[in-house]
Amino acid sequence: MIGSFFRVAWHVMRKDLTVEVRSKEVLLTTLFFAVSVVLVFSFAIVREGRAPDDVAAGILWVAVSFSGTLAMGRTFERERYNDTLRALLLAPADRPAIYTGKLLGLLVLLGLVEVVLVPLVGLLFNAPIFAFPGRLAMLLVLGTVGFAAVGTLFAAMLVRVRSRDTLLPVLLYPITIPVMIAGVRGTAALFQQTPDLAMAQFWIGLLIFWDAIFITLALWTFEPVMTE
Amino acid sequence: MTKLNPLFIGLSAVMLGMAPWVINAAPYESTMGLVQKVFYFHFPSAILFLVAALICGVASAIFLFGKKPRADGWAIAAAELGLLFGTLTLVTGPLWARKAWGVWWVWDPRLTSSLLLWMIFSAYLLLRRYGGPGSDKLGAGMALFGMANVPFIYVSVNVWRTLHPQTSVVPTLPTEMGIPLWFCFAAFTMVFVTLLNLRARLEHQRARIEALYLAEDEA
Amino acid sequence: MTRWRLPSDFDQVAVVDLARHYGRRKALSQVSFTCASGDIIGLLGPNGAGKSTLLNILATLSSPSRGRVEYGNRTAAQGGAEIRGRIGMLGHDLFLYPELTARENLVFFARLYGLPDAERIAQASLTRAGLADRGDDLVSGFSRGMRQRVALERALLHEPRLVLLDEPFTGLDQASTTALVARLRERQQAGCIIVIATHDLDVADGLLSRAIYLKNGRIVGSDSDSRGLSERYRLAIQ
Repeated sequence: MIGSFFRVAWHVMRKDLTVEVRSKEVLLTTLFFAVSVVLVFSFAIVREGRAPDDVAAGILWVAVSFSGTLAMGRTFERERYNDTLRALLLAPADRPAIYTGKLLGLLVLLGLVEVVLVPLVGLLFNAPIFAFPGRLAMLLVLGTVGFAAVGTLFAAMLVRVRSRDTLLPVLLYPITIPVMIAGVRGTAALFQQTPDLAMAQFWIGLLIFWDAIFITLALWTFEPVMTE
Repeated sequence: MTKLNPLFIGLSAVMLGMAPWVINAAPYESTMGLVQKVFYFHFPSAILFLVAALICGVASAIFLFGKKPRADGWAIAAAELGLLFGTLTLVTGPLWARKAWGVWWVWDPRLTSSLLLWMIFSAYLLLRRYGGPGSDKLGAGMALFGMANVPFIYVSVNVWRTLHPQTSVVPTLPTEMGIPLWFCFAAFTMVFVTLLNLRARLEHQRARIEALYLAEDEA
Repeated sequence: MTRWRLPSDFDQVAVVDLARHYGRRKALSQVSFTCASGDIIGLLGPNGAGKSTLLNILATLSSPSRGRVEYGNRTAAQGGAEIRGRIGMLGHDLFLYPELTARENLVFFARLYGLPDAERIAQASLTRAGLADRGDDLVSGFSRGMRQRVALERALLHEPRLVLLDEPFTGLDQASTTALVARLRERQQAGCIIVIATHDLDVADGLLSRAIYLKNGRIVGSDSDSRGLSERYRLAIQ
């Protein structure tokens, strides 16, 4: 039972990554978009050649959030194109396993985007990204997982809805703001002059808790919400 | 429930009508003066706002997992009321804040979280409106996530030091202030219950009309 | 052609007083019929008659507003994933990933269905579809007829009991149509229950063992004589 769950998730993820590797469309456009967001915000905020303190964390997470939403929309658009989402749901596989597969594929994609974003932000804003790499990585992983978990569910839900492009951000942002807050505050705590490790630790803890609850919720609701 | 509606409506009207007098009779608070009395509306609104979120979440769960169609009517009603009481909270709050802290808005956790919850309700209602057929299921799914966020909202106050009065201020109120507060609380709760009932009933009747319409030309 | 009979196999599908509403719109109402192993049922009707909706419900992807579908002696709710494992569907949009090769598509779905030795099954399917030499080409480069053949094999990978096809003859040339008909007849011999929603009366004529005429979500006629289908269709629908 458990074995087939992960087997299905693995194959769905592999399929998504294979498709992505072939065209690289979503990866490249998302990456470019994320970089643009960082630059746009930099132009908006940098004055006299200097950025105010503490914006690095905020800009990083805004870029992750915006580009992530785009990526989610695009990956499910692919499933809509030839109605393959229906084919996936038709299979005798556990529906939550399909959700997990899509989520993992999205995480790999966003992970690659963040691998580029973090050094970029570190470079542009002199942020100490290597000071506490472990904790920073944890924040990024947990935050991205939380964001993507809810986003994958919502994007799947909206696949047949006409105004899905606008409704996805409308639904996703309010619900995932706790994740954003935790991510930004935690990262800021690590980046500030005198790093506040206890604070960062707290936010990491909160994210673990949030992720656990919302992934469970997503796994529960995926099936009922996807049957017409 | 429906038989009690006239009673509910009557009671709500009376209590709400009496509220200004009761509030007026309360003593002035030393530092804040008249504006402090907004608190008598703000506090019940804020609590009922959270209650609406809970009801919406529970009704959505029952609708989605328990597959009870009537629960959807309660969910929509609760969401709309959540929007209403949320708006009240977010309007009365800054009115109070301006006098107490000198600014209309402060980004402290509780205010921010209330704004977030308000946005979640708005998003839910937008989804119901523009989500096309099947949006009742989608909305229910989304509402579950919204409700699950509520504890995180409440926890944030006790974790961060904040400008907001600590949650424990209410028990320490002197009686002359306690009475109008609890009266307003009761009045608002009455209004909430009444409106919830009426709105849910509206949804249920709409569903019934649809069922009748659909059954109309069956053999 | 013998095949193993799985415990979850069923010999009959019964649709009982099925209705599906979207708000006030009745997509289907009072639909009832039965089909048994070896039947090829045609769902005929104008656009918007409810053919696709009915297929969706038969595939368990959609749940009815009223009534039920019985697969053997179980409903979709009771059977769950097991029933889905005995159903194969060829949708109007073909259900293939254009960015993958034909082989990759088949292997993926074979793995998804938990079939052992996915590679071998995929190869066999490609051969049966006459595309063994094009197996490693991207589906996006295929013609409609070729895609159709891959899509059909995809639907039949797990040797389903109930085969559902939504407008399968659209845009096919003569050769592809003949191949499709042959494959369906072969499946019919193997004991499958086949339900086809189609506009193409010429092809359906002679293929169907029974025709069900749908209009505005209701059954307006049904007959077992598939000869002279165009005439019967006209009579039933008008």
